[in-house]
Amino acid sequence: MVRRLREGLPLLPFLAVVVIFLIIPTVTVIVSSVYTDGVFSFDRIQALFSGTALSALAKSVLLSGSTAIIGAVLGAVLAWLIVSSPPSSMVRRAVISLCSVLAQFGGVALAFAFLATVGLNGVLTLWVQQVFGWNLAGSGWLYSLTGLILVYTYFQIPLMVIVFVPALEGLRDQWREAAVSLGASTFRYWREVAVPLLTPAFLGSALLLFANAFAAYATAAALVSQGSPILPLLIRAALTSEVVLGQAGFAYALALEMIVVVAVVMVAYNALVKRTARWLR
Amino acid sequence: MKRTTLGGKVFRAALWVAFGLFFLFPLYAMADFSTRNLISGGRTLRAWQNLVADEALYQSIVISLLLAVFTVVGMLLILVPTMIWVRLRTPWAKGMVEFLCLLPLTIPALVIVVGLRNVYLWVTYFLGESALTLTFVYVVLVLPFAYRSIDAALASIDLKTLAEAARSLGAGWATTILRVVVPNIWSGILSAAFISIAVVLGEYTIASLSGYQTLQVQIVQIGKTDGPTSVAASLAVLLFGFVLLLVLSLVTRGRRRTQALDATAPIPTGVPE
Repeated sequence: MVRRLREGLPLLPFLAVVVIFLIIPTVTVIVSSVYTDGVFSFDRIQALFSGTALSALAKSVLLSGSTAIIGAVLGAVLAWLIVSSPPSSMVRRAVISLCSVLAQFGGVALAFAFLATVGLNGVLTLWVQQVFGWNLAGSGWLYSLTGLILVYTYFQIPLMVIVFVPALEGLRDQWREAAVSLGASTFRYWREVAVPLLTPAFLGSALLLFANAFAAYATAAALVSQGSPILPLLIRAALTSEVVLGQAGFAYALALEMIVVVAVVMVAYNALVKRTARWLR
Repeated sequence: MKRTTLGGKVFRAALWVAFGLFFLFPLYAMADFSTRNLISGGRTLRAWQNLVADEALYQSIVISLLLAVFTVVGMLLILVPTMIWVRLRTPWAKGMVEFLCLLPLTIPALVIVVGLRNVYLWVTYFLGESALTLTFVYVVLVLPFAYRSIDAALASIDLKTLAEAARSLGAGWATTILRVVVPNIWSGILSAAFISIAVVLGEYTIASLSGYQTLQVQIVQIGKTDGPTSVAASLAVLLFGFVLLLVLSLVTRGRRRTQALDATAPIPTGVPE
């Protein structure tokens, strides 16, 4: 036991950083959402069932769900296009790199990309106005839920590509050859071999996309500067307007809600990944 | 193996064009928008000059680059020795270390920042009020990405034999790690560093809600009055990240396809979006 402890000593710096900057903040959120000034109470949790909070949750679920479905379907198609092109081609490298930039590091930049495209003075807006005379940016839809769905799709599809390409690469040519030599048509191969094999990976990736959109903050924050239609923006409002009585505690409860939703989705995701891992590689 | 009919080819080409338009047009629009002269028409590079000419923006770029460097150094100092030590001496801790490293994927950055207030009261008490104190929480944020890259590199070498050989020739632990192991996992360290840089330069959530003026925070602030400059800065960050990852995929060319993919593409939930 003593030897174990001594051997474990070099792990301390790592553990310290993770505990202080990851575990403690998370525990703080969980504990603070049920303790107000050292007294156990469900007041803050109860605030989650107010109209504002429920509507933000519903809109967040709608936004994450719709972009997860759109992203998963279109992303799977794009992944298939990429996988069936030569593996070492420059085009393929460029597409994969672009996908990981947009999916993981875009954030604020994506909001500005769409402001420059279909915003009030956007390039496409002006162009459509000149050619067709329509006002594309009318009524400010870009700043509403519809706009968020469009912008989120722009990073959900690339994310799907990144997580789904390995699954598609796991489909071995021998399986197709075996099916074809047994007399199956291409359509039948897809219906009876490829699709059933890929289904767990596809559903798992869709869940991951849901969690990703649900927790995303920067893009929405940069796009919507007033009001808080979705959960992450409501957390921002609760954090930044602490002067309003009781708002500080509200942020903890909302953050707890986010932890719970993301955790449930990620558990389901892990279960599906385990099923995929059985035949992948 | 594949029979490609003409119809199939046309269909695929049409799909490529559709996806290409959807993804590349906004990027083109950013370039167009940021070089448009709103007052007299025609083209101007004013917005791009602002990247260095605008004092506040330039300062925030410097801060973000410094943060990126500090985060990479901190991440490597903490993670590389730990992961080597775990593989050599404390295999019982491997599961725990992996779990902790991947945990930031499940805990959104927004949640961390909500719970971070008290921790940062202490940090600023000891280290002073500076945007560079974000380094600590950024190290945590890049852990999942860095862990996967370095883990893949460590798995591809015979660490035990290398370390035993070095030790039996009289090398201390520091020499073993720095002069024997690190040169062998260079590609993993490079991916970890590149991806960390991209994450830090794109991070907005924690910086903005903690009230520090990093590049992304400044971009949003400027966007309220000066659209073209914000768009120029956004495009610059996207292009920089793209080049970074493209270079990375070319450097790791020798490795197996899926491995190279793993390195640049860890599963990203709760990543600064």
